[in-house]
Amino acid sequence: MPLRSGISIMKIITCPINGPRPLQEFHFGGEVRTMPDPNSATDEQWADYVFNREGEPGLKREWWYHVPSGTWFIAERDNRTDEFVRTFLYGAEECDG
Amino acid sequence: MPHRLLKFALSKKHPEPRMFRAPTELKSEYDAVIIGGGGHGLAAAYYLAKDHGITNVAILEKGYIGGGGTGRNTAIIRSNYLTPEGIRFYQGSVELFQDLSRELNLNLFYSKRGHFTLAHSPASLRTQRWRAEVNKHLGIDSRVVTPEFIKETVPEIDLHVGGHQAPIHGALYHPPGAVARHDAVAWGYARGADRRGVEIHQRTAVTDIEIRDGAVAGVHTDKGFIKTRKVLSAVAGWTTHITPMVGLRTPLVIHPLQAMVTEPLKPWLNSIVVSASLHLYVSQSSRGELVAGASLDPYELISMRSTLDFAEGMSTGLLDLFPCLGDIKVLRQWAGLCDMTPDFSPIMGVTPIKGFYIDAGWGTWGFKATPISGKTMAFTMAEDRDHKLIEAFSLSRFKRLELVGEKGAASVGH
Repeated sequence: MPLRSGISIMKIITCPINGPRPLQEFHFGGEVRTMPDPNSATDEQWADYVFNREGEPGLKREWWYHVPSGTWFIAERDNRTDEFVRTFLYGAEECDG
Repeated sequence: MPHRLLKFALSKKHPEPRMFRAPTELKSEYDAVIIGGGGHGLAAAYYLAKDHGITNVAILEKGYIGGGGTGRNTAIIRSNYLTPEGIRFYQGSVELFQDLSRELNLNLFYSKRGHFTLAHSPASLRTQRWRAEVNKHLGIDSRVVTPEFIKETVPEIDLHVGGHQAPIHGALYHPPGAVARHDAVAWGYARGADRRGVEIHQRTAVTDIEIRDGAVAGVHTDKGFIKTRKVLSAVAGWTTHITPMVGLRTPLVIHPLQAMVTEPLKPWLNSIVVSASLHLYVSQSSRGELVAGASLDPYELISMRSTLDFAEGMSTGLLDLFPCLGDIKVLRQWAGLCDMTPDFSPIMGVTPIKGFYIDAGWGTWGFKATPISGKTMAFTMAEDRDHKLIEAFSLSRFKRLELVGEKGAASVGH
């Protein structure tokens, strides 16, 4: 991510609580998925939830974890350019992170 | 330069021989279309022509042949896997590789080296013993060896890993472990397929796949539409570009994996050395460069960029293992795309779409499978049913919850 000077030094992710921090402080938590109701889901729906992923190129909604502060949050990221479009806490979709 | 040699070089009478033709136009119809001109796609075309007499085949490659995973791996060949299904499959590949230079009439620099998977803890040693016993049961030359044996075979190794990591407790030793020149594998299969009539179209991208009544009807490319009833997707790290075209959901996620080579050295490292704890594997190529690869990058990305994190981590691990490399320079680093499956086994065979065959999920283990994957996918396309060796790798295994867990046999902890 370019800094104010426009020089790209290191990969920076904006934690919704702690602000811009280097990539090395974060852990990737995978795609945001909605769990089907285990009591009513068919075996096929359940297997689809457990295994299948939206692996195609594009803008993705993912879980990320800021390790030092123990913060889980959601990031919208382009998996082709590695650009973080926005980050926000779970349930805070409306606020811009 | 002698005048005679210069005259010969400039003479049109002796053109540089090409490995294969470069057809300019696509035909309107093919018996089969293979997407992806990597080792797997080229091998599938070769065996379709050779074993099954199907030669009206087009290979469509968006870039140039062997430019993806085929040219970006660390060229290691082995069959010391963990599951009987995996072992039988990869052993089939090792056996084909051993005779491949002769079959393709091209020197693939196939070089049997011996393969060490180091264990840095009693728990790791237990996994290696498990692998060794399953391997032996299936006739694979594989055994657990002591630190003394490792030191004797690779005297340059520091068994205490610089004191920064847990010391080496032993290793799984697989004498048939080998390396080969990966580009040559692609070129050899390309030439073999081309000579049997297969057309290789480079710089031809697939834009969509036409499905009618649940069956493949053709392929749209940036050079026009082609009619065909059989399509093989053999694009590994690019598979998730293709599967949405046919509406197929898969567990595949793409991670980059980075590797690097050092400046060339005189031959000193005969063995292939793998350390799961240090996240590295290293061997010396026929050119003398040390080829070293890491584990996957820690998050999903469909991009082949390199990082300083990787170069630092890899150098640290290499120095802990081989302190003698302190003055050696890194020549270059690069990344490849790995289409990862949850169980570290590939996804191969027929799909719910008639005429659409998949050869994917090649993660970090694709190069060694090139010959056997080509052979079994050619059978699968010709017969329209899965070859016996790949039945366990069907996409439907996830629906049936019948995974083929090979994570314990992946070269490094991913």
